[in-house]
Amino acid sequence: MLSKRIIPCLDVKNGQVVKGVKFQGHEVVGGILELAQLYSEAGADELVFYEISASVEKRLLDVNWVSNIAKHIDIPFCVAGGIKSVADAAKVLEQGADKISINSPAIARPQLIKELHDEFGKQCVVVGIDSFYDEATGDYLVYQLTGDPNASSRTRYKTQQWVEMVQELGAGEIVLNCMNQDGVRKGYDNAQLSLIRRMCDIPLIASGGAGCMQDFADVFKQSQVDGALAASVFHKNIIDIGELKTYLNEQQVAVRLCN
Amino acid sequence: MIAIINTGCANINSVRFAFERLGVTPEVITDPAQLAQFDRAILPGVGHAKVAMDRLKQAGWCQAIAEYDKPLMGICLGMQLLCEHTDEGDVLCLGMIPGNVSLLEVGELTSPHMGWNNLCEVKAHPLTRGLSAQQQVYFVHSFAHTPNEATLAQGEYGNAFSAIVAQDNYAGMQFHPERSAKVGTALLQNFIDWQLP
Repeated sequence: MLSKRIIPCLDVKNGQVVKGVKFQGHEVVGGILELAQLYSEAGADELVFYEISASVEKRLLDVNWVSNIAKHIDIPFCVAGGIKSVADAAKVLEQGADKISINSPAIARPQLIKELHDEFGKQCVVVGIDSFYDEATGDYLVYQLTGDPNASSRTRYKTQQWVEMVQELGAGEIVLNCMNQDGVRKGYDNAQLSLIRRMCDIPLIASGGAGCMQDFADVFKQSQVDGALAASVFHKNIIDIGELKTYLNEQQVAVRLCN
Repeated sequence: MIAIINTGCANINSVRFAFERLGVTPEVITDPAQLAQFDRAILPGVGHAKVAMDRLKQAGWCQAIAEYDKPLMGICLGMQLLCEHTDEGDVLCLGMIPGNVSLLEVGELTSPHMGWNNLCEVKAHPLTRGLSAQQQVYFVHSFAHTPNEATLAQGEYGNAFSAIVAQDNYAGMQFHPERSAKVGTALLQNFIDWQLP
């Protein structure tokens, strides 16, 4: 049976892993390689490396990190940050990444999703979506350039509309970052994730809001997502990945146990 | 010495790094004439079957692979290319492993089949030594080989499919052993240790 994936995310800025709250006020939480290896050995099912300042600074992430991490981990590895073309993606994949994740560049030029799909295959193309819940209108809205609070802005898309579009263009997986929940550790946004799950035929990864082990059980059971991404609960040792998996297994969630 | 055939596909380094973690330094080769001098070889691959098969043909790999008589293992798309035919792009493949590759019928499940899944129906073979059916490996694929006499281990996602195959000196793994943690590492070690009868 296909396991639900537990995915630690390394948000990287200036060569160090950082973590903000609701995408602001980033603080340094650790070294890239140390954390990558630690999580890989602890039983993480996949690792995401995301250079948050790359898109904002209109450049490709530093690909040297990709090969450094790829050398040291034996789990799948997805890389994001300023990938704007097939040539950019090829550079990242050549260094040992397994998948590439695009977000703001896809909003700027949706055709990029199709180009990456045609060159590398659907399974290689992850689309990250930063979705903000507007309480005034009850709409879910897509944001871009969220790596920097000064550059972050609303796009022309509502989340449901963008989810449909990226699937049609050939995305192989969607990571839905629920911005209102990000870094506050009050649980995943199951209302939004369930809504998107019903219209999403490709793997869906929940992101934003994990605070305790039950939040993971809830998101898998209530929202039927394929994976749950989290950062601060792992970086700050609030949750141990091995214990989380034992707990999820007891909760009848299919997981890969590593011992 | 292990050769990694450079198919122009993108995941060559992750395969190379996995062998390096096992203390073996493979050589990435781009010229089919080099293949015969290596003790074993890996045919990696991600991407579209038609693109990859065209590249193999243009670079002259088909004959070199067919004439190779030492252990050669395809990984993921590399395994599919070793089979007879794939429905992905309706392409005739290398034909070293009997059987065809077709789209996984996943029904209500999400496609591609992406993530960690267990193996089942594991047959005894040097390549499956130490492997048990409960163990999980990392899959990323939409197409798969239909189980037949070459199948050493199966996976199941909607339908049963071949996860590990072998025929004579040719073998294939549909999942990514280089990204399958300790289980994958053990399987790559099995490939390094595989002696043909």
